[in-house]
Amino acid sequence: MTIATDDASKFSEYAHPERLVSTGWLADHLGDAGLVVVESDEDVLLYETGHIPGAVKIDWHTDLNDPVQRDYVDGAGFAKLLSEKGISRESTVVIYGDKNNWWAAYALWVFTLFGHEDVRLLDGGRDLWIAEGRELTTDPPHPTPADYPTVERDDTTVRAFKEDVLAHFGHPLIDVRSPEEYSGERTHMPAYPDEGALRGGHIPSAASVPWARAAAPDATFKSRDELDAIYLDDAGLTAGDDVIAYCRIGERSSHTWFVLTHLLGFENVRNYDGSWTEWGSAVRVPIATGSEPGEAPTPRS
Amino acid sequence: MTDPTLPAQLADIRDEFLELEVRERLQLLLEFSNELPELPERYSEHPDLFEQVVECQSPVFIFVEVDDDDRVHLFATAPREAPTTRGFASILAQGLDGLSVDEVLGVPADFPLTIGLTEAVSPLRIRGMTALLGRAQRQVRERVSV
Repeated sequence: MTIATDDASKFSEYAHPERLVSTGWLADHLGDAGLVVVESDEDVLLYETGHIPGAVKIDWHTDLNDPVQRDYVDGAGFAKLLSEKGISRESTVVIYGDKNNWWAAYALWVFTLFGHEDVRLLDGGRDLWIAEGRELTTDPPHPTPADYPTVERDDTTVRAFKEDVLAHFGHPLIDVRSPEEYSGERTHMPAYPDEGALRGGHIPSAASVPWARAAAPDATFKSRDELDAIYLDDAGLTAGDDVIAYCRIGERSSHTWFVLTHLLGFENVRNYDGSWTEWGSAVRVPIATGSEPGEAPTPRS
Repeated sequence: MTDPTLPAQLADIRDEFLELEVRERLQLLLEFSNELPELPERYSEHPDLFEQVVECQSPVFIFVEVDDDDRVHLFATAPREAPTTRGFASILAQGLDGLSVDEVLGVPADFPLTIGLTEAVSPLRIRGMTALLGRAQRQVRERVSV
């Protein structure tokens, strides 16, 4: 960590408080050498309408996804992107975004695939920054290009593929989609585009914990006690569990991955980014419908 | 690209985008977004007339009017926090405005895929604009069949 962490008392109750900064902390540290602020939103133009002074934009569709293969950019692509944004391997990166930091958490998860060490989320994200009347600008930043090294993406530690999920049966799965998507009434979120899945339902044995339950009304993360009640008491997770989270394309479950890993301290959480758009259409994989999780099938390896 | 069925004002918008570098196309989309007109008074009091385009990521509502001269006018409303969706709606509101019913119904369903935005905003997001166009055309058919 190159820049001091935010020692706000709220964060100290989390497993990894160094992964969050408050809006006040960020306002005080804007312009610090070694700090790069990144905005990542659902809406590709929202950044252009006004952003935190000096913040650069990283878009999940156009920057982080590979345009040809359904996958993330490779090591060379990530190095090129981050170098252009003025981010070096040693930079402290603070990511924020709209919608309870949904896409910001996704970007943070992708940074984690490449092992970027010091990457944090702005608690409350874009919404809280604006609600507090803090400064926005439409002036584009002019970052000095950095020299980010080419690092091979690690697809084994925090990422799960379909085969990993099939071998995982018997261990906890968390489905973070809406109750209607979980039960199979619909294959996509209300009011969102249908990214396509042949069948509706969920992966057998997965517990339903819609991702936004982790967020407070002001878009900050809920307290440790509240999160423990949701994920340990309600969803039945136990410390030390090996967990896979999924949603529809892996973005909402990045948010839950962040909560489980960095706020609650689970050490073996993977995000299945193929998620329902793959599972719901894949040949020879079982699904369950209705509001009950269903029995875990025999694991396949 | 020549498309005999594409009305000139839509072709102009398409060409305006295609002449730009990919990054600049986003800026032009933002300009369209900022130009989305407020609803005229006769509609601003009638949210019930408007249909939500549920395929879009953000709440956007449209209403199509066919006037006494059989000319089409598309009215749309979307929040400032959804500039991309506003931009899509604005392109169609400007591009369809004043066209005849037949001209609007003749606009190819894949028009949104031809204006060079697929790369700039991603194919997935463009689906919202395709849905906007499809719903606008359906409303036109409903208006003239009454």
